[in-house]
Amino acid sequence: MPEPILQATGITRTFGHVQALRGVDFKVMPGEIVALIGDNGAGKSTLVKILSGADRADGGEIRIDGTPARFGSPAEAQAAGIATVYQDLALAPDLPPAENLFLGRERLKPGLLGRLGMLDRQAMRAESAKVFETLGVNLKSHRVPVDTLSGGQRQSVAIARAAMWAEKIVFLDEPTAALGVVQTARVLELAKRVRDSGTSVVLISHNMPQVLEVADRIHVLRLGESVANLRPAETTVDGLVREMTSGTREGFTP
Amino acid sequence: MTQTDAFRETGEDRLLRLLASGWIFLLLVGLIAIFSLLRPAQFGSGYNIQQLAINAAIILVLAVGQTYVIISNGIDLSIGSVLVFCSVVSAEIMLALSGAAGTTFGTTSAGWGVILLGSLAAVATGIAWGLLNGFLVAVAKIPALIVTLGTLGMALGGAQILSGGTDVRAMPELLVTHVGSGRIFGIPALVMIAVLVVLVAGLVLHFTRFGLHTYAVGSNMEGARRSGIDVTRQTMAVYALSGGMAGIAAVMSNARFATTTINGHAMDNLTTISAVVLGGTSLFGGVGSVFGTVVGVFIPIILLNGFVILGIPPFWQTVAMGAVLILAVWIDQLKRRLRKRG
Ligand SMILES: Nc1ncnc2c1ncn2[C@@H]1O[C@H](COP(=O)(O)OP(=O)(O)OP(=O)(O)O)[C@@H](O)[C@H]1O
Ligand SMILES: [Mg+2]
Repeated sequence: MPEPILQATGITRTFGHVQALRGVDFKVMPGEIVALIGDNGAGKSTLVKILSGADRADGGEIRIDGTPARFGSPAEAQAAGIATVYQDLALAPDLPPAENLFLGRERLKPGLLGRLGMLDRQAMRAESAKVFETLGVNLKSHRVPVDTLSGGQRQSVAIARAAMWAEKIVFLDEPTAALGVVQTARVLELAKRVRDSGTSVVLISHNMPQVLEVADRIHVLRLGESVANLRPAETTVDGLVREMTSGTREGFTP
Repeated sequence: MTQTDAFRETGEDRLLRLLASGWIFLLLVGLIAIFSLLRPAQFGSGYNIQQLAINAAIILVLAVGQTYVIISNGIDLSIGSVLVFCSVVSAEIMLALSGAAGTTFGTTSAGWGVILLGSLAAVATGIAWGLLNGFLVAVAKIPALIVTLGTLGMALGGAQILSGGTDVRAMPELLVTHVGSGRIFGIPALVMIAVLVVLVAGLVLHFTRFGLHTYAVGSNMEGARRSGIDVTRQTMAVYALSGGMAGIAAVMSNARFATTTINGHAMDNLTTISAVVLGGTSLFGGVGSVFGTVVGVFIPIILLNGFVILGIPPFWQTVAMGAVLILAVWIDQLKRRLRKRG
């Protein structure tokens, strides 16, 4: 069996009196889509924030490719190949898609002009066209601000951006929550393509049929504990709901 | 359609873009056309055009700094006062260096070395004020409106303390004759300086990483931070740039009027803000251009000049400007609403 790219053990996190995470064991294998599910307040977002450097655990250990890691900031996690698409997209609405894809990592012109900070817009546009093409993201125009795109297209740009810079793992926190049927299908297709390109995907979702359809593995959280680790083929929507509402730690096999 | 094709702007896109940002430019062209038709001899004369450009030069330099600040979703009310402070510092340093400290009138025989030092001091002082603004906004997280309102008072009061409340009226002769009323290749030196500033600032804003980060910070500060942009540093740099521009404008003002002008810049902040907004830069940040600001600076100047030449009481210019400004902001909001629908 291959090594997990990411292995978190015994993660705890307390906010005042709320024990958001009480010792979660979570792993991500190479080239898979893991769905992370659980009722509202189960601790999904908190776990993702910790794993992507946006928050810090009170206890537990995170290993990346077998070596212990500690992320002080999202930038450090990104440097380790882990990126997150947040529920509130972190795009700059007034800038076009290509500029958004490269934000913070702009391509500069070669030579002296580059050292003066001159952008190589052509290179960035060409490269982002390629990224959008391989990921199957169709945009009518690449010059207009991201703001003018539809919700699904914006989500696609955000995911493409994450996939472009994370060789290892992309976290998607409810990427389809605000989308219609067609756009949801597109975003899920995009998640599969990201996986097929070699980057693992962690998908948070409340949509059980969707989870059964796209995930390779499903990790269930309940009240801050890991309660189940299932293959979609082994379970049903009812089975997932049962785990989410009454699963116990004893039922968890890492 | 393949992806690569999609990167070419369609004709429709371009038309929309031009209409959205171009109407104010058309307004300027229209005004110039009307005034030149009605009074070709006066309005269109070389002398008049030069006077217009000289009148615009100082405010243009200030407005360029304001453009950066507003695109980054900030505001700088302090620029006029910072200009005054810088001009007093610069003038007094030049007086002291030419051994004429205390002179209160006329011109000094200071050489170019002294003038250079005085000018550098003006720009450095402006940058220092800008860094203070930026620090208070980005690090102390005080709203820009309050911070720059505060430094507006501090810089003006500071200038009055330094100068004892009266203008420093002794300037180097060389500065006044060669920069203030001199020419380079037949073009007034003040205009030349403004053109250079506009070109460099426009290039930096539209073609460099610094410029792109200015837009990104104004468009979505949290998003920019998560993208790894140092938002604090960028914000401080933008305010420092605005302060530096006030420093350059201070030198230009000293050169042009051969005196500091402590009471002459109270309206500079509103003049530049309205020019920037007229030029299509959004008060909500993330959108704007230096070219738009140039247009926005010239509209009130042309309007006033035209009214004077036509014999319309100049008070109407103030009324017309107010209306145009409201129209500009209304159009900006319409654009945003239209965009959101997409
Ligand atoms: N910053 C915070 N301060 C205080 N409590 C918090 C904070 N973040 C999360 N919590 C609490 O931790 C618990 C887990 O929250 P979390 O957002 O991780 O849940 P979730 O599984 O993502 O839920 P949802 O499905 O609603 O998004 C909740 O009880 C929440 O109120
Ligand atoms: Mg959540």
